[in-house]
Amino acid sequence: MAHSRLSARQYMILGLVALCAPLGDTCLSRGMSSLPGITLAHPATLIAAVFTPWIGVGIALLIGFFASYLTALSWADLTFVLPATAFGNVIVALLARFWLQEPISLERWAGVVLITVGVGFVAQGPSLTERPAAEAPDFHEVAEPSIELKQEHLR
Amino acid sequence: MTIPIPFVHPGPWAAVAMISAIVLTSTAGEVLTAAAMKSIGDLDEIRAHSGLRGAIRAVLTCPLFFAGVFFLALAFFALLFALNHLDLSLVAPASASLTLVTNAVAAKIFLKENVDRRRWTSAVLVCIGVYFLAH
Repeated sequence: MAHSRLSARQYMILGLVALCAPLGDTCLSRGMSSLPGITLAHPATLIAAVFTPWIGVGIALLIGFFASYLTALSWADLTFVLPATAFGNVIVALLARFWLQEPISLERWAGVVLITVGVGFVAQGPSLTERPAAEAPDFHEVAEPSIELKQEHLR
Repeated sequence: MTIPIPFVHPGPWAAVAMISAIVLTSTAGEVLTAAAMKSIGDLDEIRAHSGLRGAIRAVLTCPLFFAGVFFLALAFFALLFALNHLDLSLVAPASASLTLVTNAVAAKIFLKENVDRRRWTSAVLVCIGVYFLAH
């Protein structure tokens, strides 16, 4: 089934994908930069890093990102969802400028404009590649039908 | 008393290797995950018919999904490793922008997605935009 127009709920899921990823990455960076140097000789220290507070928050945000990302991938193409996720960088830059009053260079504004135009480009097209009916996945093969459907079938 | 470990800045080839590891593992993970979600079908529709448990079961019973998660986990640890040695302002934009392009190529080859001129333009614009935004 091709969804050329997304619903408000689907846009909300794409928004969650866009927001959680950069915020999660920032938390991970904050956590990892405060740790001493990690080498391949001691890989267990990477596991221990997972239990520090900043990295914990980062992982929680990235779990939120992953849940919404999987949902988006179930009704849209990968090449549609990925540019949308990059829009998170624009949101973070705008928050930094207008909320934290951080100065933004001309180069960064150019980046904001390019990403916005890029996302606008892909958003105007269909979100899912049209396929012949035979190729389309049938979710009833993997999902348990509801009680109502079973009753309807029995009638 | 703890002995401070001196920070050794990695050379350019080490940085390229770290970023390439993130890009390759993340592309493999994203393509496998996308293939898994396409084979499962629309999660919103599954949830409407079978509830949240049905949707979670549909995802967790798909072997492709676990293959994707395995590569995404590798990408995550490659990112943690790189962030420990390189600046976020280099790792995040470089891996994000390169992954956009490798994913577009992989989606066309492996997922048979219709990557038309509009999507190529978008991938390139976003790729350059992410680069500018971080510098």
